[in-house]
Amino acid sequence: MTANDSSFRWNASGVPKPTGLYDPRNDHDSCGVGFIARIDGVSLHVVVEQGIRILVNLEHRGALGGDKSTGDGAGLLLEIPDTFFRQVCPGDGLYLPPRGEYAVGMLFLPMDKALAGRCSAALERIAAAEGCPVLGWREVPVDPSVLGDLSGSTRPRIRQMFLRRGIHEGDAFERKLYVIRRLAEKKVASWHDVDASQFYISSLSSRTIVYKGLLTGSQLPLFYPDLSNELFMSPYAVVHQRYSTNTLPTWHLAHPFRIAAHNGEINTLRGNINRMRAREAILSSPLFGDDIAKLRPVINEAGSDSAIFDNVLELLVMSGRSLPHAVMMMIPEAWGPKFQMSEDKRSFYEYHSTIMEPWDGPAAMVFCDGRYLGATLDRNGLRPARYTVTRDGMIVLASETGVMDFPPNRIIRRGRLQPGKMLLLDLQQKRIVPDNEIKAAISRRKPYRMWVKGNKIELRGLFVPSEIPPEDPEALRRKQHAFGYTEEEIRLIITPMASQGQEAIGSMGDDAALAVLSNRPQSLFAYFKQLFAQVTNPPIDPLREELVMSLNGFIGRERNLLDETPEHCRMLRLIQPILTPEDMLRLRGSTHPDLAAADLDMLFPAGGDGKALETALSRLFVQADKAIRGGATLLVLTDRNMNAGRAPIPSLLATAGLHHHLIRRGLRTQASIVVESGEPREVIHFALLLGYGANAICPHTVLSTIRELAESESLEAPLLPGEAVDRYVTSVKKGLLKTFSRMGISTLRSFLGSQIFEAVGLGKELVESYFTNTASRIAGIGLSEIAAETVVRHRRGFPVDGRWGNANNLLDVGGVYQVRVDGERHLWTPESVYKLQSATRLDDYGIYKEYAALINDQSGAHATLRSLFRFRKGTPVPLDEVEPVEKILPRFVTAAMSFGSISKETHETIAIAMNRIGGRSNSGEGGEDPERNIPLPNGDSRRSRIRQIASARFGATTEYLVNADELQIKMAQGAKPGEGGQLPGHKVSPEIARIRHTMPYVTLISPPPHHDIYSIEDLAQLIYDLKSVNPRANVSVKLVSEVGVGTIAAGVAKAKADLVLIAGSDGGTGASPLTSIKHTGLPWELGLAETQQALIYNRLRDRIRVQVDGQLKTGRDLAIAALMGAEEFGFGTAVLVSLGCIMMRKCHLNTCPVGVATQDPVLRARFGGAPEYVVRFLRFISEELREYMAELGFRTLDEMVGRVDLLEVQPAIEHWKAKGLDFSAMLLPPDNGLHSPLHRVRPQEHAVGKALDHEIMALARGALDRKEPVRIELPIRNVHRSIGAALSGEITRRYGAAGLPDDTIHLTLLGSAGQSFGAFLAPGVTMHVHGDANDYLGKGMSGGRIVVTPPEGATFLPHKNVIVGNVVLYGATGGEAYFHGTAGERFAVRNSGGKAVVEGVGDHGCEYMTGGVVVVLGPTGDNFAAGMSGGLAYVYDETELFDTRCNLDMVDVESVWHEEDVKRLRAMIESHFRHTGSQRAAQILENWESRLPQFVKIMPIEYRKSLERMRMEEEMNTESVSATEEVYRG
Amino acid sequence: MAKPTGFMEYDREEPTHRPVTERVGDYREIEELLPEEGIYRQAVRCMDCGIPYCHAYGCPVKNRIPDWNDMVYRKNWRKALDLLHATCNLPEITGRVCPAPCEAACTLAINLPAVTIRHLELQIVEHGWREEWIRPEPAGFSTGKRVAVVGSGPAGLPAAQQLARSGHEVVVFEKSDRVGGLLRYGIPDFKLEKWVIDRRLDQMRAEGVVFETSVNAGVDVSAAYLRRSFDAIVLAAGATAPRDLPVPGRDLKGVHFAMEFLTQQNRRNAGDAIPEGEEISAAGKHVVVIGGGDTGSDCIGTSRRQGAASITQIELLPKPPDDRLPTNPWPTWPIVMRTSSSQEEGCERMWSVQTKELLGEKGGVRKLSCLKLDWSAPDAEGRRSFKEIPGSAFEMRADLVLLAMGFVHVEHGPLVRDLGVAMDSRGNLVADGNCMTNVPGVFGAGDAVMGASLVVSAIHLGRLAAAGADRYLVGR
Repeated sequence: MTANDSSFRWNASGVPKPTGLYDPRNDHDSCGVGFIARIDGVSLHVVVEQGIRILVNLEHRGALGGDKSTGDGAGLLLEIPDTFFRQVCPGDGLYLPPRGEYAVGMLFLPMDKALAGRCSAALERIAAAEGCPVLGWREVPVDPSVLGDLSGSTRPRIRQMFLRRGIHEGDAFERKLYVIRRLAEKKVASWHDVDASQFYISSLSSRTIVYKGLLTGSQLPLFYPDLSNELFMSPYAVVHQRYSTNTLPTWHLAHPFRIAAHNGEINTLRGNINRMRAREAILSSPLFGDDIAKLRPVINEAGSDSAIFDNVLELLVMSGRSLPHAVMMMIPEAWGPKFQMSEDKRSFYEYHSTIMEPWDGPAAMVFCDGRYLGATLDRNGLRPARYTVTRDGMIVLASETGVMDFPPNRIIRRGRLQPGKMLLLDLQQKRIVPDNEIKAAISRRKPYRMWVKGNKIELRGLFVPSEIPPEDPEALRRKQHAFGYTEEEIRLIITPMASQGQEAIGSMGDDAALAVLSNRPQSLFAYFKQLFAQVTNPPIDPLREELVMSLNGFIGRERNLLDETPEHCRMLRLIQPILTPEDMLRLRGSTHPDLAAADLDMLFPAGGDGKALETALSRLFVQADKAIRGGATLLVLTDRNMNAGRAPIPSLLATAGLHHHLIRRGLRTQASIVVESGEPREVIHFALLLGYGANAICPHTVLSTIRELAESESLEAPLLPGEAVDRYVTSVKKGLLKTFSRMGISTLRSFLGSQIFEAVGLGKELVESYFTNTASRIAGIGLSEIAAETVVRHRRGFPVDGRWGNANNLLDVGGVYQVRVDGERHLWTPESVYKLQSATRLDDYGIYKEYAALINDQSGAHATLRSLFRFRKGTPVPLDEVEPVEKILPRFVTAAMSFGSISKETHETIAIAMNRIGGRSNSGEGGEDPERNIPLPNGDSRRSRIRQIASARFGATTEYLVNADELQIKMAQGAKPGEGGQLPGHKVSPEIARIRHTMPYVTLISPPPHHDIYSIEDLAQLIYDLKSVNPRANVSVKLVSEVGVGTIAAGVAKAKADLVLIAGSDGGTGASPLTSIKHTGLPWELGLAETQQALIYNRLRDRIRVQVDGQLKTGRDLAIAALMGAEEFGFGTAVLVSLGCIMMRKCHLNTCPVGVATQDPVLRARFGGAPEYVVRFLRFISEELREYMAELGFRTLDEMVGRVDLLEVQPAIEHWKAKGLDFSAMLLPPDNGLHSPLHRVRPQEHAVGKALDHEIMALARGALDRKEPVRIELPIRNVHRSIGAALSGEITRRYGAAGLPDDTIHLTLLGSAGQSFGAFLAPGVTMHVHGDANDYLGKGMSGGRIVVTPPEGATFLPHKNVIVGNVVLYGATGGEAYFHGTAGERFAVRNSGGKAVVEGVGDHGCEYMTGGVVVVLGPTGDNFAAGMSGGLAYVYDETELFDTRCNLDMVDVESVWHEEDVKRLRAMIESHFRHTGSQRAAQILENWESRLPQFVKIMPIEYRKSLERMRMEEEMNTESVSATEEVYRG
Repeated sequence: MAKPTGFMEYDREEPTHRPVTERVGDYREIEELLPEEGIYRQAVRCMDCGIPYCHAYGCPVKNRIPDWNDMVYRKNWRKALDLLHATCNLPEITGRVCPAPCEAACTLAINLPAVTIRHLELQIVEHGWREEWIRPEPAGFSTGKRVAVVGSGPAGLPAAQQLARSGHEVVVFEKSDRVGGLLRYGIPDFKLEKWVIDRRLDQMRAEGVVFETSVNAGVDVSAAYLRRSFDAIVLAAGATAPRDLPVPGRDLKGVHFAMEFLTQQNRRNAGDAIPEGEEISAAGKHVVVIGGGDTGSDCIGTSRRQGAASITQIELLPKPPDDRLPTNPWPTWPIVMRTSSSQEEGCERMWSVQTKELLGEKGGVRKLSCLKLDWSAPDAEGRRSFKEIPGSAFEMRADLVLLAMGFVHVEHGPLVRDLGVAMDSRGNLVADGNCMTNVPGVFGAGDAVMGASLVVSAIHLGRLAAAGADRYLVGR
């Protein structure tokens, strides 16, 4: 290894420099957050103590680093402890003016004394110049001995600076302090000669102070002895415990920031930053006057997403908006038509949507400026926030309930923050202001409703053009050629969109060449891959949770952010961003003074080179500047005027380039960009244009194409041209929502310019100039190549020699999705498929080698990145000294393919094969027949050793879990990351339904996110749950390659997973939109390299295994993967091919003609595979791998893993595009200085053995051993997590799925139960909590009983209080639960067998439910029964408003009249009363006759059909059993 | 794809043949077109595979089969025709005579009868002719370059048409008196009536292709002249040198190469008079056809129509299996027992038979002396060897012996020699990736390059050679 010069370095603050593929900018954080306050505003020391106690009780939500003693960060935001400072400061020779007359700065300074002095001096100078002289300094006493190595080594010097008020008073003083801080920050940042990175101002305020650091909650008071001083008093404390995905968090990234503390993630950060930069140019505020210039740039980009949010929130507050107002602007609740709200409030949001886009992403935000203290949740409510108000005037809000103990009789109220809602404490008025009141007041501050009404411009209000004549067919054909349309695209993409209004669906993985490697001219769009949400932020379900999503936008001129006037909303409102040519006529014809369109031709000379393209772009930008100066508010980038002499500039290049140009020039807010181009046609094209700055798009050529298709009756159904266009636009809209939702983004306004894409193969300069801040990690092409590709296409439309006749009425063949000769290069070809099949059938290694040669040698046409690598010379060893095939085979797994996506025959054949070789097959997400745990008579086993835990939890029973050797949490799937799935009802055979614990013929929906993983700490929790229920199984986490996956993998390692799987984006699928298969995720090479580097740099590589999959086909693939850091290898497609798959890509149609991916019995009978074929394939591939090992000189695979130094790029790559690629970052050998192992050498230290459950198991020994009933009573706290999981695992191991007799073990628990209470509960256990419980209660419950009642002595009204958290009974398959109180969001989500009674639920109740019964004795939130395809719910609808809150897409609402229903309902309510003593239940039962009519029954439509079908089948079966069976056998 | 379950709902329907008794009385085509509604059901059996083996593996011209199947199902015949013509210049010919390796590679053929691809092709192109959609497509511009195409068979015609459509001036030299080469004289009318060719030639003439018949290039016009007068030459002379049977008695009267026999009948059908004494007739004779391939079958069908007393076909190789052997997997061409329409019309077939000697009377052949062979199982390379079975010698009556044992290579006449074109060990022209021979500007196409093969392969090579020549001529 050569590489010490490339070594990895940190600056003094601990921020690593980006090295290799690992970029610390990708770090995410998540956490526990909360506050405690005295409503009366009295400062007490006990409040500080209680704040610390909350932190300690949230410690499990934070994380520890590689050294096991460094926390990721903890902190407190408090009122300035005036009394304390008066006491301690005289000791420092410092005499303080009265309270409010001075400010305190909490500073982190460099450890270097001289440098610290320089910083301090700079601060003093700046403060004095701004009129706030420094009164003095105080060294903050600290105890560094409590720190871990990592935090100790980056510890800053901590000092407090005291400033005098000067002439500024109150808010003006705060503003001045803000100016001083920004000036100081900028000053120090400008010192390039020194490393002053430790300099940081935690807070500088006359009101609040922040004590924080790279600590755990329990270390915080030890490190800062100040906090233990009795005189240190505050009426409130905002607390935060951080969990960062990497282990190199820094001191200054600990929360709270100056105003906010955040649990969540901002998905749209890049767009928000860019737009703030754009707005800065026109910022002005009378409050700041000239000082405004001193603030710019407002955002310090070195900060985390939360820090940047804080920067902007601070600006808004400092410039005069109240804190709640500013928060409402940045995190608006959903205000779509499905929500009931006042017109004033809706108008407030609409008005502000012209000023500020949502900072979108899951968020629990706590904020405090000394005047207000509050918290809010994002519109999806994906972070928990529970609160308790006490009789003696305390309020506690935190991510979990139970962080503070209160005697039950002191509690007035227990509640939770609901999605989009705010909880506010007015510290002046000394009262809690309810959400409605805050928002009503703010919404009426100004006449927003009148402003919006009087000013917003609607498209339909503009001049109406006459019909546009259809495009001349020949002109259209030329355009199609010039924009690179292909026959395939029209047939496979455009036709389905225009016919069905849906994106086209496909199956299997992407094996075509990467755009930068392709020999065919690629559109610029093809170089981009969409990013997606993975672990740290959940994707959204755009269908079932559509109500939170929006495509609304405003275009035109934006105005000063810091002001509000009626003119701010004088913009054109678009309900969606796709414009028709008619709309363009309207825009161009507009006479409205605020709507002035200027055309900018995005064209360059035909045949021009890169230089010509650059010149044309520059000219375009200059014209744009000029147009804006001339008053244009809409810049229309158009290629309408393309002709033989002028070729179109790729629309994405022009759009992104102009967007960034205008940002740099400070002009971006002056006009909107409208793209009028023939190029965009696929969903991803629109998404890219919007993501890079377009505000609206008119795709003229595709619309003309559709009109022509409709007129020539070439669509799938006869449609009028107008109808077809409408359907197409609808499908684009749906596709856009899906695109946003993959990243967890809800609105177009936040998606605009968000750049959630990664480029593969675009050169550095190109990206810097036109796609600024886009990840493009292997460099690549520039403008010349783009020009060349454009010219080739343009020539097809406008041939130079005039050879345009009627011959070329066919477009280019395409061949991207299906193999076509002369089309795109694929790796699966007729030859490679049949050679692999012949080799495995004939057991012929020679044929295998021919197959491998077809894949490995891509010198003629490259498809994969790895094809560009070659091995360096090693010191060969004899082949027979290399470890045998048998040692390699156990490293092999098969990819997760569910029984349901593939046939029973295929599924079992794979399992048998993998068990024969000692590898592991994967159940996929559809449960598994318990029968398969029993070996076959011949010794074969059909058991899948890996059991997958996917978002739907189908069949994920306790029994399923305890029979696994490995439990795999699927965070994402290569073919469709960030998306859920759907198994259509007709595929759900009775057998599949049985194994999935659902009803036959009922559609099964897999949600996009795991509803118990909204963040990294949630993932840690699920791992803990799984380890509890089955401590023998390894837990693996499946991620998909994208930029930042390494950081996520580090977080996964810290969450104590045993294995992380990096899947390539090219992995297969049974069904997925083609957009997802093609345009999301990255090849595994990039993800694996980044993961290896990130794990090493974070000192975590030693404790976690790394597995890779994604189109692994040959031993060479494995050798490269091993050298890049993979210890294990997964196979999907290749195994299927060896079993007979011929890449029909028809899995989604159930018509697989070889019986692999179908449930049709006729087709299944054609399955011709055998376990031997798989065994042979895997032996061959290991044999080939051994040959590479021998050549490279490795006797064992362990020696080989991570030896990336043995890979190099092929010299003399001829390919005109590929030769610009730079793989140095990917192939960077890890830093020598770290001496880190390159593969796993030690197991994770799991803590499950020490849990309370083990105490319970000891007490329940009699029950476990001898089925004796036991009664146990114990206290419980929120820190006790997953109670019941270990016990249930043990019961199920001993007694199987049936468990113990009912109520054998009866637990009474007093207090607040931690997360995942009763997870995977087994039959025979009853758990009764007297108190309350947190999120994920009863997840995967398979039996038993859970009862939660308020604590004895509680005086509040139970049915008005929240007793259990969010996502209760997720994926339950059995058991019953009774809750004497209300539950949070997503009650009984994906329930398929649990029965529950609850007294009220939040939003999205019974979402995706497929079975079980839920009774709600009170109000529900919005979107009840979304995606509910099975099971029953009964709701007590006193207000008769239920139908407005129910999602009626899949269910009917009816009264409860059927005798069976009445009986069932009554029995459940009786049961509820029996277990909880609920007064509400009692009243209902007492007045049964009069109350029954107030109940409604929620009946899924499909479920009803299924029941009918089963009833009919039963009748038929009794008549003709034998006949039916014969038919099936025949 | 409109109907994913088509293949599960409909069975394969074969196009009908005229009844044997009727068809042996004339030389008209024996295959009939399926009625139109049946065709849609056949088209929708196509599964629109992710990897269409028919197109990417089976079909030598890489016909975009799934695409046009889909268009037929949607009744968009016009687009189907465009797609078909995008890869094949003579679909009305391949649609009649192609053995359809596409069908062997059809995914359905793994475990069901394949899609009737060949017949769909024929339907599409005939639909096009009927609708008069197939019209001349002249280039509309001229490059000013001249190209000579030598040979007007299945390689020469597409090469000429492609070149003409690329704006070049094209002259086709044909040594015979009519255009068409093998298509004209090698394939019997009952498989391919000759108006089919003429129809296409009219189109080509209208596109500017000039045909010079009865010109033997290299003899009637010298190689030097061709080089001087043309910017490029495409050699598409076929592989017409037949494989001979070097046994005693080969020079007896009544022993003919198949092609002589077939050509003569085609001429007769075209109305040409056969000079006295040159006539070869099977009427009333006992005919033995040596060679079990397609040409052999053509000899059988022709002999039957001429009124042969008996027809026997003998083959050196053993009788193929009824089903694919494991070493001959889908989608490779299946070596299995087949019966051609001519064989169906009546003949005796024998396998593993080697002809040792031809015995005659009065200078004319009367008998064959043969031996039975014992073939070994294939070795690792799939090669087999044979042993003569002792005592298996037998004799067979034969008044007419037709040698249909294939062709060895292009004729090594003066043209090839004078141009100085290099040949490989088997006597085929050597050509590079652009189909150019060692002589710049001289291209090889069709059987002349690859040895005797299918019509469809010749078409493919003709197109490739045209593309190569075009690149050479216009520098792209």
